[in-house]
Amino acid sequence: MFPTPIHQRPIVNQYVYKIFLPISLIIWLIPIFGILMTSIRGLGDITAGNMWGTPSEFLLFSNLYDVFTNTPMIKYTLNSFKVTIPTMLGAVALSCMTGFALANYKFKTNLIIFFIFIAGNFVPFQILMIPVRDLTFKIGLYNTITGLVLFHVAFQTGFCTLFMRNFIKALPQELIEAARMDGASEFRIFWKIILPLTRPAIAALCVLIFTFIWNDYFWATVLIQGDHAMPITAGLKSLNGQWITAYHLLSTGSIVAAIPPVIMFFLMQKHFIAGLTLGATKG
Amino acid sequence: MELNNSKAKRITWWQKNQVKISPWIFLAPGLIFFSIYVIAPIFVSIGISFYQWDGLSPSIYVGLQNYIELLDDEYFYISLWNNLKWLIFFMLAVPIGLGLAIFLNQIVFGIRLIKSLFFFPFVISQVVIGLIFTWFYQPNYGVIAPFLNFIGLEGFSILANENTATYGIIFAGLYPQIAYCLILYLTGLNNINPEQIEAGRMDGAKGFHLFWNIVLPQLRHATFLAIVVTVIGALRSFDMVAIMTQGGPYGYSNVLAYYMFEQALSEYGYRMGYGSAIATVLFTIMMFYILFFIYRMYRNEREDNN
Repeated sequence: MFPTPIHQRPIVNQYVYKIFLPISLIIWLIPIFGILMTSIRGLGDITAGNMWGTPSEFLLFSNLYDVFTNTPMIKYTLNSFKVTIPTMLGAVALSCMTGFALANYKFKTNLIIFFIFIAGNFVPFQILMIPVRDLTFKIGLYNTITGLVLFHVAFQTGFCTLFMRNFIKALPQELIEAARMDGASEFRIFWKIILPLTRPAIAALCVLIFTFIWNDYFWATVLIQGDHAMPITAGLKSLNGQWITAYHLLSTGSIVAAIPPVIMFFLMQKHFIAGLTLGATKG
Repeated sequence: MELNNSKAKRITWWQKNQVKISPWIFLAPGLIFFSIYVIAPIFVSIGISFYQWDGLSPSIYVGLQNYIELLDDEYFYISLWNNLKWLIFFMLAVPIGLGLAIFLNQIVFGIRLIKSLFFFPFVISQVVIGLIFTWFYQPNYGVIAPFLNFIGLEGFSILANENTATYGIIFAGLYPQIAYCLILYLTGLNNINPEQIEAGRMDGAKGFHLFWNIVLPQLRHATFLAIVVTVIGALRSFDMVAIMTQGGPYGYSNVLAYYMFEQALSEYGYRMGYGSAIATVLFTIMMFYILFFIYRMYRNEREDNN
């Protein structure tokens, strides 16, 4: 193990380590403490510049109430779910198939198609922006959740294919060969043998896609304009313009926006990390 | 009889060719979708960069005019230069992430929770991170205001100063990026071969020597991934700029990704052709990294097959 396990070190080092660990954690989380503290304050503290002292009032619930009743925050949150969940399902479904095809069959253009998926996954969004926006306009889906979902599904398929293909490729080939010998159809092999084995990969992809799409801001601004379809990231940005110095509301709103992916992360941490490091090529 | 015969034939034809045709059936939906939304638009964008177009009226072919204009555009150079700053300073996430990973790779009480808490800036939206840091930097109300007062820079606004704005944004961007690199390195450290480390220790390798000659080579894969995702993150930096400064003051914290958006799709104008030219430049820069990545994957594939 590297570095040397701390319990093999002199006792002084052990104490120093145990003191530094929480200190470093606190320093690391200062930005998070900052918004947590601010979300319970009232406007009085904000204008008085009381950012780190004891809050003079505990107003978290009143702030939450303000955010949810005076702004379209509930709508934004729902929209985010409506974009994120179908994208997750769509991209995973498509990439199970593409990943299976690329991992399991030998044909001439196999690697080329695989590399096209990878390369597409890395391109800057700006090179896609104008044609994608134009296309979405033409098919009448500009400013709709469906329009945004369609693009996200297509784009995420690149990353998911990379991921699924590598995962399926690492499965034992004998299983597939044996099934083929028994006369199982290719579709049956996919459905009955491969899909059940890819469960952990599917779980990992779901958490990752959920986080990526929930946090997307760029495409939400390019393809959506009105509150009716705006996801929470873009919504928060537009509220930021109205709130100006109402940092207590801004902090509360930020926390609302951050909670779903954070919960997802803590519940599915193992899958999340496995996902990042297996496919691991996502900006 | 004849009907039966042809049916039998059809089944055999399908059985014979099923392995050849199946991959295309499985590939079709994903590949078609991906081609329409990702591959084709790249070429369409490059095409648009040779036109003058506001998105509504008919476009006019102008040849290389947009690119020639870019060469004279002061704001283009500022953005390009800022992208370079991003590339260089964003890279700090890699060594810092590695350092933190080594620091946290211990077994003590509560370490799992501590690690999770270190990871989680990565799962928070960049919009939220951008908002937090913008507020931190506020000259009068901000968190660092007392510090600025202390060093005699009372009322100094990091994001409103043309010399510091970009660094302020990069610093905020590092926060989730360090967490990302940390995740990659902690997994890397976990997968290290303990026997090699022990053998190294037997040979008297210690501290930095052990780290540099034995540990770091084994972390090659993690380092590669960390560099790739950090480069891509640096070149894709859009969210943070959009939230924190919108390229200001006077374009001094702009990056190509945001400048393109500003030119093509904001109140500053709908110059689709010019925007596409900027996007094409950014794409070309990114293409170097993409090709490098694919080359490496190709090499690994060949090794796997041999």
